Amino acid sequence: MATATLDPAVDQAALFEFLLRLGDNALILGHRVSEWCGHSPALEEDIALSNTALDLIGQTQLWLGLAGEVEGKGRSADTLAYLRDGFEFRNILLVERPNGDFGKTLMRQFLFDAWHFLMLKALKGSTDRRIAEIAEKASKEVAYHLDRSRDLVIRLGDGTAESHRRMQEALDDLWAFTGEMFMGDAVDAALAEAGVAPTPHSLKAGWDEIIEETLAEATLKTPADAYMHKGGRRGVHTEHLGFILAELQFLQRAYPGATW
Amino acid sequence: MATALRPSVDQVWQWLAEVPDPEIPVISLTDLGIIRNVAWQDDTLVVTVTPTYSGCPATTVINLDIETALTGHGIEKLRLERQLSPAWTTDWVTAEGREKLREYGIAPPVDGTAADGLLMKRIDRLGGRSNLTIACPRCGSANTEKISQFGSTPCKASYRCTDCLEPFDYFKCI
Ligand SMILES: [Zn+2]
Repeated sequence: MATATLDPAVDQAALFEFLLRLGDNALILGHRVSEWCGHSPALEEDIALSNTALDLIGQTQLWLGLAGEVEGKGRSADTLAYLRDGFEFRNILLVERPNGDFGKTLMRQFLFDAWHFLMLKALKGSTDRRIAEIAEKASKEVAYHLDRSRDLVIRLGDGTAESHRRMQEALDDLWAFTGEMFMGDAVDAALAEAGVAPTPHSLKAGWDEIIEETLAEATLKTPADAYMHKGGRRGVHTEHLGFILAELQFLQRAYPGATW
Repeated sequence: MATALRPSVDQVWQWLAEVPDPEIPVISLTDLGIIRNVAWQDDTLVVTVTPTYSGCPATTVINLDIETALTGHGIEKLRLERQLSPAWTTDWVTAEGREKLREYGIAPPVDGTAADGLLMKRIDRLGGRSNLTIACPRCGSANTEKISQFGSTPCKASYRCTDCLEPFDYFKCI
């Protein structure tokens, strides 16, 4: 009998994998950005970065919470965040790049925000109501993130000789990590087929447009597409993730189940 | 009859209107527009709450405050439900709430500029800066400038008045 169902007919293992990717991107970038708390160049920037981190950690709770529900093994968002090993993380390599200087942190944020905004916008139309609802909530926050990172990339790119140099260096350094956002695999194909999520590649044109327009205004030169690093989405990470997890997971690993 | 002892839904709304927002205590939870529904399901009172921001640290405190207030009024069986959609918007901050914010020194959100409005359109178009006028809550001047998109809590941005020079929080639109 054909009845409307809340859950589209999609492979639940693929759905779990996809939710981990969304949740882990938000978690790892949120952690990275939170490292600035108390260290930013100005109080307003410190507050802004901490708030951005907070939004991302909040979104992590929603995505990983749903991932745990889909998996059906009783794992909560906290369990997934604190008790998985590095090879079980599904974030793209871009978000685990070290913060570097303030310019590099902002460039990483901008490159990610542009993709994140487009991804969430597409997910608002997901056939999975739970995903559409989270995307609706998160996209409002991410619109702010993009507004801010884009503005600062322009101001610093088209700023002093020193700020321009640093922004160009940041862009050149991070560019090889942007390709992974648009690479699809069997998981993406299954979800796109069921109307749950867009194919990664379908977001590329919109992303190119935001990036090109912003970089032009920022007087920055778009690097030529060359080799693109990949692996994070299937659990193959750089050495940086291990250091992040050592800090992020320390408390729950040392004192299992600790609450305060 | 046990049901006769149940406070009415209207009564519960009134009680909730007395629970202050933990971060901006001059406005109540109902002023903020985050209580989405109050209903009885058999002998259980169900209060549906929507978060302002996904990572707002006040969310847990808000739930606790609701529980404390309602159990204080004699509600025995209470369930809080989270509702994400439709996502909270500053358009739901009541007129009374806006006035309380202004008096407190926080510029209230400007009508019709919630995220599905101006900001979203601007981001979509990659247009220029917002030309919204945010009035200074202290002197009323329209000559104000943005210091940062973010402020002391996730729901606020930082502004400065170029006439009276007062820095102030703006309850940003989402
Ligand atoms: Zn003023």
